Amino acid sequence: MEYEAVIGLEVHAQLLTASKIFCGCATTFGGPPNTQVCPVCLGMPGSLPVLNRKAVEYALKMALATNCQIQAESIFARKNYFYPDLPKGYQISQYEQPLAEHGHLTIRINGAARRIGITRIHLEEDAGKLIHSEARPVSFVDFNRTGVPLIEIVSEPDIRTPDEAVEYLKGLRNILLYLEICDGNMEEGSFRCDANVSLRPSGAAGLGTKTELKNMNSFRFVKMALEYEIKRQRALLADGREIVQETRLWDAAQNQTVSMRGKEEAHDYRYFPDPDLVPVRISAEWVESLTKKLPELPAARWARFQSQFGLPAYDAEVLTSDKALADYFEGCVKEFPQPKQVSNWIMVELLRELKKEEVGIASLPVTPAALGRLLNLVDKGTISGKLAKTVFEEMMATGKDPEAIVKERGLVQISDAEALLPLAQEIINANPKEAADFRAGKTKVMGFFVGQLMKQTKGQANPQMANDIFKRLLG
Amino acid sequence: MTEPLYSLSISRLAPLLSRGEVSPVEVTEQLLDRIRRRNGELNAYLTVDETGARAQARDAEARLRREEATPLTGIPLALKDVLVTQGLRTTCASKILENFVPPYDATVCARLRQAGAVFLGKVNMDEFAMGSSTENSAFGPTLNPWHREHIPGGSSGGSAAAVAADLCIASLGSDTGGSIRQPASHCGVVGLKPTYGRVSRYGLVAYASSLDQIGPLTKEVRDAALLLQAIAGFDAKDSTSVPTPVPDYLEVLGQEIRGLKVGVPREYFGHGLDKEVEAAVQGALKTLASLGAELVEVSLPHTEYAVATYYVVAVAEASSNLARYDGVKYGLRAEGRNLLEMYAHTRTLGFGAEVRRRIMLGTYALSAGYYEAYYQKALQVRTLIRRDFEAAFEQCALLAAPVAPTPAFRLGEKVADPLTMYLSDIFTISANLAGIPGLSVPCGFSSLGLPIGLQLLGPPFGEAVLLQTASAFEQATDFHRRKAPF
Repeated sequence: MEYEAVIGLEVHAQLLTASKIFCGCATTFGGPPNTQVCPVCLGMPGSLPVLNRKAVEYALKMALATNCQIQAESIFARKNYFYPDLPKGYQISQYEQPLAEHGHLTIRINGAARRIGITRIHLEEDAGKLIHSEARPVSFVDFNRTGVPLIEIVSEPDIRTPDEAVEYLKGLRNILLYLEICDGNMEEGSFRCDANVSLRPSGAAGLGTKTELKNMNSFRFVKMALEYEIKRQRALLADGREIVQETRLWDAAQNQTVSMRGKEEAHDYRYFPDPDLVPVRISAEWVESLTKKLPELPAARWARFQSQFGLPAYDAEVLTSDKALADYFEGCVKEFPQPKQVSNWIMVELLRELKKEEVGIASLPVTPAALGRLLNLVDKGTISGKLAKTVFEEMMATGKDPEAIVKERGLVQISDAEALLPLAQEIINANPKEAADFRAGKTKVMGFFVGQLMKQTKGQANPQMANDIFKRLLG
Repeated sequence: MTEPLYSLSISRLAPLLSRGEVSPVEVTEQLLDRIRRRNGELNAYLTVDETGARAQARDAEARLRREEATPLTGIPLALKDVLVTQGLRTTCASKILENFVPPYDATVCARLRQAGAVFLGKVNMDEFAMGSSTENSAFGPTLNPWHREHIPGGSSGGSAAAVAADLCIASLGSDTGGSIRQPASHCGVVGLKPTYGRVSRYGLVAYASSLDQIGPLTKEVRDAALLLQAIAGFDAKDSTSVPTPVPDYLEVLGQEIRGLKVGVPREYFGHGLDKEVEAAVQGALKTLASLGAELVEVSLPHTEYAVATYYVVAVAEASSNLARYDGVKYGLRAEGRNLLEMYAHTRTLGFGAEVRRRIMLGTYALSAGYYEAYYQKALQVRTLIRRDFEAAFEQCALLAAPVAPTPAFRLGEKVADPLTMYLSDIFTISANLAGIPGLSVPCGFSSLGLPIGLQLLGPPFGEAVLLQTASAFEQATDFHRRKAPF
């Protein structure tokens, strides 16, 4: 039998508010353990939570950006369970009445659009972090992260393949970055994802027994874990065996999912409305003013890059799939208004360098304006495209201006026919066989001649001009 | 014969302090001395802070001299041990917090400190405020100063006994189902539970968050008004505190109650009500009528469901509120071979039987499959109870009723029978479920010489009319003048 996978994703995104969701403690990452804590986030007896309005605002922005309906009134609930990183013995979350519902995100798979439903977006507090001692059988708790605001974004089970899952996640993350409400760092856990996966006969309407996958802290692991899990479930079904409803962890060392806990061990979280917090009321005016203030989102920018800059859909997609990259592109175009050339350079040279250096665009030593000026030098014929790559490498290494590098290293292109002509003649004289070949119609040898000239001029000869000269001399 | 300073009320002591006739240090020393000598007989105090009290008294003295005093400057108070005090042990009368020293002050404590009050120490209670007799304290029961074989009521039994026995000038307690009013009634003092949201709960260790309120226990009605004035009002640290402006509670004291409509709820009289209590309350109603109040019979038809509703809502919230006592961060930690065992041992050793019972009940009520039948249903009934009061207050300005069905019972009498114990809160619980204010004022004595209180219930934020009526009643009677034989 043919099976299809049914995948739903739960994404947790840490919000970039300055203070925690229910107290005034700082949310900065990496402080010494337990230095960003107070009676409230430590769950001290008698302390009470007070909702951070900024966290609500950020969550609302995400809800609006993903086409959700904002609920006029939502309720905080307590999710009760014991764990040492949870100081109150319950997590303040939202359950029956979340902040927003019924949204969707459109992703593109091989150019085709797919609409993934978003069931709900709600606010909650993050837990602390356990640190296990390697020396002794003890564990420590760091409560700095306790109370950092999170939004949970729950998708409909609309996703069918691991690739769709990754595209959906990248889409969400991209929107969060466009909104500047989450840093999207998967390794540090500020953007995390759990997946529910089940199989059903292709085209069937019902749902099979699902497993929940956790511990996938990169897009690659999400893809690998889903692929593994689908294969595992397919093999079980093919064997006529049943899927066990359970929570499974992705084990990146073994490249497999392993059972963490079964259905029987599943928690009964005993949700109930938190009596310490009043219902969250969102006025239509607030929603309206936030809607007006929303920045341009990836989908709109993708369309604009095609219409305004005349870029192909593919270029527009690559560039807008990363806010920083798109910003970089626009910065470049401002300096050098030939969008397709900028796009080419960014998509080939810049992305290759980024990949090689493993740095983010933000920490790039080459500013968009500097790259624009470099392309300008090529355009004006001051340097060749080939030389420009060398200059670019040096710009990456030193952060220097392209003009300065060109000047320092005397890289200015030789576009002076008077200077190139005698050199070309010498080369022809020195290589009579090739000259004869060319005259006999083997035009391929042109490359050889231009190459020789480049060698002699240390790459500074204007390649177009070199071509013309050889054609004339050999013609 | 001049009265000893410790026997005075706030209202009588404050003028002496402000005129410089007595000093806060003198009053504080007298009380500390009396506590040292006599507290052992009642077990009202769990912690006495001699050093802190002396320092506060000296500060108060300087402040009085600078003429920057408030009516509470230099007044020695006892705090129920459920209110957190910075640097001063706060136990909730539980083994699990036996050595817990909070790093911060409850908002009410901070406000009282600012007003210049003196904190003598922390007084006994039922563990985590769960109980009606103070017998559930992990540190032994408090005795009733009127009759030491009887309970002082609870859970604020330490507060009520300390006020009645002149071991403090006044006290703060907390009331979740009657925990201020019932002990006030049993110890012959004034007790006021404000409207839910009137006083900040920040720093009140939670039992049932949607029901808990802090309030005063005092020797006279005016003192309750003074304390409420100091602690009431919006607090940014408590999302459930209300920004409604705080009126001047002293202004209404002494105003006559002629023409005031006082509702008498039918359901609060009759079966289960002790004859002596009924007689005292009926007598009080006659007094109110003689002062010109107009008595009207009203009905609160859902009264019979109040106790059952309370014991779902309160225990459900408690089961969650008390989850934080897990041995990880503060308080008691018992050993265990693994995490689960550490949790279980800590909570088994740390909590008393009644607390464990309520945690289990609450856990059950919130469990999957039972939530709708218990918790959800209880919330619906709670709404009906609130509507009962709304309807009643359309016919009258306030209600008058008994506080408790009997005078203080004997120690140990109901310990073995939790259900009977729960029923002793039958007349006080509804006010918490509805969130309305309630006040207990002395209105008589039983043949054993045990005090009996009259309960006044008002509409939301109607504290002023309760104080006005109680004050008029107090001026017309002398029950509050009688001192416990201690």
